[in-house]
Amino acid sequence: MKRKIIFILCIFLTIFVFLSFFMGLDKDNVYKPIKIIDNKILNFKGDDLYSNKILDLNNIVDTKFILINIWASWCSPCRSEHKYILQLKKNQQLSIIGLNYKDKVQNAKNFILELGNPYDFIIKDKSGTISIELGAYGVPETFIVNTETKKVIYKYIGPIDKEIKSEIEKIIRS
Amino acid sequence: MKKLIKLILMISLTFLNPVLAKSNDEIANKISKNIRCLVCQGQSVYDSQSDFAISVRAVIEKKINDGSSEEEIYEYLKSKYGEWISYEPKLNKFTYLLWLLPLILFIFGGLLIFKKVFIRI
Repeated sequence: MKRKIIFILCIFLTIFVFLSFFMGLDKDNVYKPIKIIDNKILNFKGDDLYSNKILDLNNIVDTKFILINIWASWCSPCRSEHKYILQLKKNQQLSIIGLNYKDKVQNAKNFILELGNPYDFIIKDKSGTISIELGAYGVPETFIVNTETKKVIYKYIGPIDKEIKSEIEKIIRS
Repeated sequence: MKKLIKLILMISLTFLNPVLAKSNDEIANKISKNIRCLVCQGQSVYDSQSDFAISVRAVIEKKINDGSSEEEIYEYLKSKYGEWISYEPKLNKFTYLLWLLPLILFIFGGLLIFKKVFIRI
């Protein structure tokens, strides 16, 4: 009787372990960054690239939406997305703020001179801490913030392309 | 006598202080060892030299200097990046096996040993 119970228990345990691993097989184990939106942007301050004055996000814009784009002159995908940001500039409901990530001031200025300036303001993030407080992974990365609720309503990791550009436009229009 | 006690207390406190009070650096190191570098493979923020890790370390140091507690810093980073950034997974429906299985095995093994050693004799 006792042996039987142990035998049955062993079988159950084997089935349980097997099933756990079997179900795990199907799981996608490629890590994807979680897009946490709905985060409130409360404290977003930094030095302006050109004037070195401290800019506070709460006081500098009066549009309904803000697009925060993290970029750097050393980041080549940032070059490819730049033309789409220039196109997004035409939207009047949108202010575009560039966050210059771990860059040399002169290189950043040259980048803007060469490719054009879509940004209403450019804030320097020399230590990368402003980006971390936004919840960013690296460059390029784009956030859209609703200025009324101060919440991040959209986040895109990677360079903006044609599709993402129209997605952003759709969000702004809604 | 009182003076002697005072003296001993003072001396012991001076020498114990560096041992008892963890420096900010130590706390920052401890936290960054428990925080995953999200853009690296299998490295903590402490181990990695990526831009992301360096920035996270700077934020941790800044928060410590601002007077945040360890727990507050973990919670802050989790609110920005999700549970994955912490090396210590919370008990939930995905991790209950991870937490409970060692405990069950421990109790089961303990019972087996107990039975073998005490009941047979």
